[in-house]
Amino acid sequence: MEAGELRQNAVDPSQNAYTRIAGAWLRGQGVLIALILVFLFGVWRYGDKFTSDFNLWTLAKNNTYFALIALGMTFVIMTGGIDLSVGAVVALSAVTAARLSPHGLWIALSAAIAVGLIVGVINGGIISIFKVQPFIVTLALLLGARGAALNLSNNASVSVDYASNYKDLWNTTIGVVPLPVVIVIVAYLLGSVMLNLTRFGRHILAIGGNEEAARLAGLPLNRTLFFVYLLSGGLAGLAGALLAAQGNTGSPIAAVGWELTAIAAVVVGGTLLTGGRGSVWTTLVGVLLLGLIFNELNFERGKGIFDLTQYWEEVIRGLFLLIVIILQSRLTNTARVTRSM
Amino acid sequence: MSEHPPTPPGSQDVLLEMRDIVKVFPGVVALDHARLTVMKGEVHAIVGQNGAGKSTLMKVLNGAYRKDGGTIVLDGREVDFITPHQAQVGGISTIYQEINLVPFRSVAENIFMGREPRRFGLIDWPRMNREAREILAHFGIQLDVKQPLLNLNVALQQMVAIARAVSFGSKLVIMDEPTSSLDEREVATLFDAIHRLKASGVSVIYISHRLDELHEVGDNITIMRDGQTIEETSLASVSKLEIVARMLGKNIGELRREGTTGFAERKVDIESAPFYRAAHIEAEPVLRDASVELRKGEILGLSGLLGSGRTELARILFGADKPDQGSLTLDGKPSPIASPRDAIREGIGYCSEDRKAEGIIPEMSVRENLTLAALPTLTKNGIIDPNEQQAIVDRFVALLSIKTSDVEQPISQLSGGNQQKVLLARWLCLNPRLLLLDEPTRGIDVGAKAEIHHLIETLADEGMSVLMITSEIEEIVEGSNRVTVLRDGQTVAEFDRAQIGQDAIIAAMAEGSDPMPDTVEV
Amino acid sequence: MSSVTSQLSSRSLSLTDLVRKSSQTERALFALIVLSLYNAFFTTNFLTVATLRVNLTQVATIVIVAVGMTFVIGSGGIDLSVGALMAISGALAPKIFTSQWGPLSNEWIGIPLAIVIPVLVAGAFGYFNGYLITKFSIQPIIATLVLFLGGRGIAKALSDGNLVEFNTPHFSYIGRGRPLGVPVQVILMIVIVIVAVWALRSTTFGRYVLAIGGNERAAELAGVPVTRVKRQIYVLCGLLAGLAGLIVVAINTSSDPYQVGDGMELDAIAAVAVGGTPLTGGHATVAGTVIGAFFIHQVRYTLISHGVPDGTTRMVIAAAILVAVLLQRPKAGWR
Repeated sequence: MEAGELRQNAVDPSQNAYTRIAGAWLRGQGVLIALILVFLFGVWRYGDKFTSDFNLWTLAKNNTYFALIALGMTFVIMTGGIDLSVGAVVALSAVTAARLSPHGLWIALSAAIAVGLIVGVINGGIISIFKVQPFIVTLALLLGARGAALNLSNNASVSVDYASNYKDLWNTTIGVVPLPVVIVIVAYLLGSVMLNLTRFGRHILAIGGNEEAARLAGLPLNRTLFFVYLLSGGLAGLAGALLAAQGNTGSPIAAVGWELTAIAAVVVGGTLLTGGRGSVWTTLVGVLLLGLIFNELNFERGKGIFDLTQYWEEVIRGLFLLIVIILQSRLTNTARVTRSM
Repeated sequence: MSEHPPTPPGSQDVLLEMRDIVKVFPGVVALDHARLTVMKGEVHAIVGQNGAGKSTLMKVLNGAYRKDGGTIVLDGREVDFITPHQAQVGGISTIYQEINLVPFRSVAENIFMGREPRRFGLIDWPRMNREAREILAHFGIQLDVKQPLLNLNVALQQMVAIARAVSFGSKLVIMDEPTSSLDEREVATLFDAIHRLKASGVSVIYISHRLDELHEVGDNITIMRDGQTIEETSLASVSKLEIVARMLGKNIGELRREGTTGFAERKVDIESAPFYRAAHIEAEPVLRDASVELRKGEILGLSGLLGSGRTELARILFGADKPDQGSLTLDGKPSPIASPRDAIREGIGYCSEDRKAEGIIPEMSVRENLTLAALPTLTKNGIIDPNEQQAIVDRFVALLSIKTSDVEQPISQLSGGNQQKVLLARWLCLNPRLLLLDEPTRGIDVGAKAEIHHLIETLADEGMSVLMITSEIEEIVEGSNRVTVLRDGQTVAEFDRAQIGQDAIIAAMAEGSDPMPDTVEV
Repeated sequence: MSSVTSQLSSRSLSLTDLVRKSSQTERALFALIVLSLYNAFFTTNFLTVATLRVNLTQVATIVIVAVGMTFVIGSGGIDLSVGALMAISGALAPKIFTSQWGPLSNEWIGIPLAIVIPVLVAGAFGYFNGYLITKFSIQPIIATLVLFLGGRGIAKALSDGNLVEFNTPHFSYIGRGRPLGVPVQVILMIVIVIVAVWALRSTTFGRYVLAIGGNERAAELAGVPVTRVKRQIYVLCGLLAGLAGLIVVAINTSSDPYQVGDGMELDAIAAVAVGGTPLTGGHATVAGTVIGAFFIHQVRYTLISHGVPDGTTRMVIAAAILVAVLLQRPKAGWR
């Protein structure tokens, strides 16, 4: 039994503090506790200004587009892939939505999602059929989608038609809840159902966890990969539509580097970058956690105690990414050892 | 050797019949009219040396490879599966040595992967978990089926793989070296599961090198060698000794023909004191108590069946792996070797048994492969001296008569024998004092084999030590000054020159019995 | 090219045969020549010294970064962070030579330091990449993702997100100087390419890089110091990216943390892939990379000089890269 115990211990989180932290974080508890602590810190330090309806709803609304691209990215990363094109897709669909806003909300919104889906089809098609590494395909599409956005906008920001009802997308509230927040909640509900209650969702995790095993089990590998990138493109398209509605404009140079925001939120939420493990709701918690941290940094700046410019945000996200990647490497390496035996 | 399989009690009891199976890879005939007959509800053992064709035969059966000839009849119908998944649906499941499940997913999910039960289009978790629990309970196993697979030890993971096979309604389960990383208690669990499979009418093909196990669980046995089926018989009628002899292509008591290898008989006993010793080495999951010692100018044959820990021990001697327990002594001091680089610095070289994965750099030329380990000695300030490099290459290409049209040719285009010579030269040009050779003549034609034998001998005569791991008993018998035999990760016997004999070595490999009362204490 | 010409002379020859049998490097060279011929006939002023000089000036940074990427990819890795490292180095340099602090205000100290320190810093970030990859066994794509995504933030933070303009001719020399009529960065490019070709062929380091890319386990067993060499590779790639970043800000006489090195990782990877170095490692050709970089640049130049909008240009290049990668992919069903 010694051998068995040894191997069990290899992944037993009680082994040492390092793996324990990694394990707890990845079970999704860590990120939720962190979110609560950061929130309580905000309540304690910034008081009513922080807990005001205005601040909290603005915070929620301004993170809706991140939440959408992070949701798509969650599925992509679960398969062991990556989608670097989402930021450019957001810009492209924002421009598309702004251009078509005179035709009304539904046409503009549908078109914005459609261009996202088209990029997703190209990404997913090349990755699943030709087996090219996802990073290079989506990196090329980052360039291509950005180019399309520049073309479509004649290299300048496109204003949303003020006469149209497009603004409703951003300003409508259902009860007290703004429409964008409702959209995000519905998207995450659907995403969660899909991941947990459909074969497609389970196959995403199986493929990322052990592609060879998935192949031997006869899972539809190509189809699953294709739809994952399609989904990511479509959600990025939706995010772009929201962005256009928020700023009343579609800018071809918007959303640069948003892939970082999405990837950081996904891994902070506990989804393994190497694939096979993760959850939808913790990604949302990851988005909120990062959003909250930057919100509080803003308050801190307002207090004038220390002044980190907004440009440090990227660095901080990068640091989060770094820490989680290192923590994850420990866990995936142990899992690899277990598997190879 | 019987020409025909044991007469089946009634042809309706035959589950699987593979006839005249041929499989050709570029340059190699892997299966040469091989044959296999499995009865319903029996445990059928297959044994054979590395390269005998067992794995290829199983891959042809389960759809991983397409056969080039022959017929497969399963349950009275001719079948030809194109993918392992199709074979699984058709009733043949394979439990791989490397467990092919998804570690992060739950036990139940792994059992039902690809066939998750659904209700209204959505996965019916309660039913999936309940049915998973029931299947496992059938094997007397109770565990939380919602936990991720990686929480389980290897034996239980295997049970999950078996449960998955059963849930497919498999008629035949192939197990490839299922006990290679299990301890005794885990093996007992596995055997219990095999008995239950048998009781429910499922047949099992059991591939293993642990001969004790075969007799414990197996009914019939198929022995393979060189892509052919050598013998099909009932396990009760053969002894372990006979099995090993058949695998190696020997008859017990048969007169040894001399000169079957390129070795002249090693007449001398090497008296010098050992300079490198490994004592009581333990390393998960194979080595339990392995000891070996090496003397200057000798060829030490390291013998044992596949899975006995020969390669693992050699890798530890070379610093490529670290032992969990035990001591290494070099020149009377604790060994400073912690990496292959250290070993090379101490004058030790290692040729892996897997030339392709651990030997050659395929895209690089013969010249570069040959001098890869010697680069530090050929450089000044990191710059390679092309003349010196060329001189070394020319010398060794001539010395080992490496056949290559051009030393700039990529090594992957050379024949196996010439690749092996290049890899030997990689070490020889460093003038090492110890060479660890793991299956140095595997997959090499007869002529090149004899040349390599002769070369090893010459080197030893010039004072180099050689540790030679080989599955070919003639090489051990004719080529070694001394022989150490490993069995199940333990050193079970040592033979001096005078005691080296084919029968004694086979006996030690098979049964671990030590004909010499005085096992060398290391 | 020799096999291309010899095949052209053979009788029964189909275009598909030609594409299949030629090496990727030959195909890239052929495409480059075709494109140049097209430009010679249809693009005004293409065959002038001024245009040649401009083209060389612009391609130099791609070549310099792509040479580093060639070593990385040859070892079986990838470095997504090069563009961000260029931005960091480009943001750092003006900080140093515009500094009024003591000795730095002296041009003879400030400018050399403004060249050396940013390059070294970029090299240090390269070491960080290599450290993550070797110490924690993180896949290169994931490890370099950290700086690819976060690195530009460092550059923005260094310059508060502002475009920094300067007028320091002695610094700008590395982007604008022309000894004997040849731009300085072209000289740098030539020197780097020659050294890289030599290093890949004739040094232990070069051989170790390819041995690791070809078969890491075999290399380790042959005594190759895999960890050390891998870290050196990423340091090298970082140093070259740092240098390229300096050249870009020197040309522009300004440093824009958003623009410097933007998209360079794709250009560099594409140049390497188009030039015939397989993305799986084990084989590398610096000459091919140079051809690849010239090809990518020439495509861009051709489109822009014919008035094709920037957006379309990007889309065409993206498509070209995908085609190159698809062509390079191992033959289907050849496993």
